[in-house]
Amino acid sequence: MGIHSITVTVNGAKERLDVPSNMTLLQMLRDKLGLTGTKNGCSAGECGACTVLVDGEPVNSCLMLAVEADGRQVTTVEGLAHDDHLSALQEAIIEHNAVQCGFCTPGMLISAHALLERAPRPTEPQIREALVGNLCRCTGYLRIIEAVQTAAKKGGA
Amino acid sequence: MLARPALPSFDYVRANTPDEVVRLLQEHGQGARLLMGGTDLFVRMRDGVIRPQIVVDVKHLPGMRSIEYDEVTGLTVGAAVTMNQLARHPQVQTHYPLLAEAANSVASYQVRNRATLGGNLCNASPAADTAPAVLVLEGRLVLHSSQGEREVAARDFFTGPGQTAMRENEFLKAVRLPPLPAVSAGKYLKLGRNKVGDLSIVGVAVFAFPDGTVPSGYVFRIGLASVAPVPLRAWEAEEVLATHSPGEESFALAAEKAMEAATPIDDVRASAAYRKAMVRALTRRVLGSVWEVLE
Repeated sequence: MGIHSITVTVNGAKERLDVPSNMTLLQMLRDKLGLTGTKNGCSAGECGACTVLVDGEPVNSCLMLAVEADGRQVTTVEGLAHDDHLSALQEAIIEHNAVQCGFCTPGMLISAHALLERAPRPTEPQIREALVGNLCRCTGYLRIIEAVQTAAKKGGA
Repeated sequence: MLARPALPSFDYVRANTPDEVVRLLQEHGQGARLLMGGTDLFVRMRDGVIRPQIVVDVKHLPGMRSIEYDEVTGLTVGAAVTMNQLARHPQVQTHYPLLAEAANSVASYQVRNRATLGGNLCNASPAADTAPAVLVLEGRLVLHSSQGEREVAARDFFTGPGQTAMRENEFLKAVRLPPLPAVSAGKYLKLGRNKVGDLSIVGVAVFAFPDGTVPSGYVFRIGLASVAPVPLRAWEAEEVLATHSPGEESFALAAEKAMEAATPIDDVRASAAYRKAMVRALTRRVLGSVWEVLE
């Protein structure tokens, strides 16, 4: 099986990596780079736990090959906080107790972050539609939606 | 330890020219699979449905990710254009809103960032959400092989569940849509178990425009998904609307004909009987809302 030398920028840091053909972006992040914030849920693009940003747009990292990320910018949940300060969205998630088991939270944060980047003042239906690919088995979603609304009021992602 | 389940092993090749793709298809036959968005391919590989030795990434070929509009020739969409790219493209929104609407109805936002128009059509799922739109917009599929290019009309493309008119060693380069009449209206109505994000139980697309050469004065085209082995046009229903004045009565009659054209199966999402009833209900509803725009 082929091994590919790729250059990928992850959370602002340039990485040169050798990845096998069948390695997913998710495996690369978790196993090569130790960024275990991104979760492996369904491995089928249904649950959204593996959602990361590639060139600013959310994708399911379980359905993308590491080699396809060559030359791209990847942002994981670890890249949302800056200088030890959580993002407004992360703060809002805490404030609203929008986390129970927490497994969906990294993917939720990434999808919601991307939503606020493209629609800084989303309506509730817009929030629901943006998060439809992120499943949560604990919270019942309402607190998550409220947290996104709060983050939007406080000035965005 | 690697996250599980991992993909089975294969060789990834990024193709740079169409000829390279054809050569790899000839060399490996069924052992080669083409990659665009991967949202179906990798799921099927994980499930063990297919086990290619080589995965050929074709989305970097020239033109595969571009959208071009010309008022004379119409719209050309590269096969690897993603659903989100399509849904938010200004000229697609302006001139082909039905296609934008259909693309936007597929799965979730993050899946739509990877899933492609070409992949949706080539997988030939009876439930493919963009298929009814491409059918009623009379799209043509541009296929490339060692013999060059040929075009197949969307209505001749789907031959069975997962089956298409594509020959071995052929691949989809683009989808072409003709320019549309100055006045037209279209709508895609999709019934899923949830309001958004689900596979369709029934999908109905209608595209209509005034046409003086037709007895009723209007052409209505009706495309159905998820209700037969292939996405299809409801020809008899369309004929009703070509010969009867648009209105509640003819819409009800056409909806009946659309229901007769549907040959659905029972599956985990809905029963065949329910699907048939919903074809009638949805068809009547879409015809009504399209007519409201045209009237």
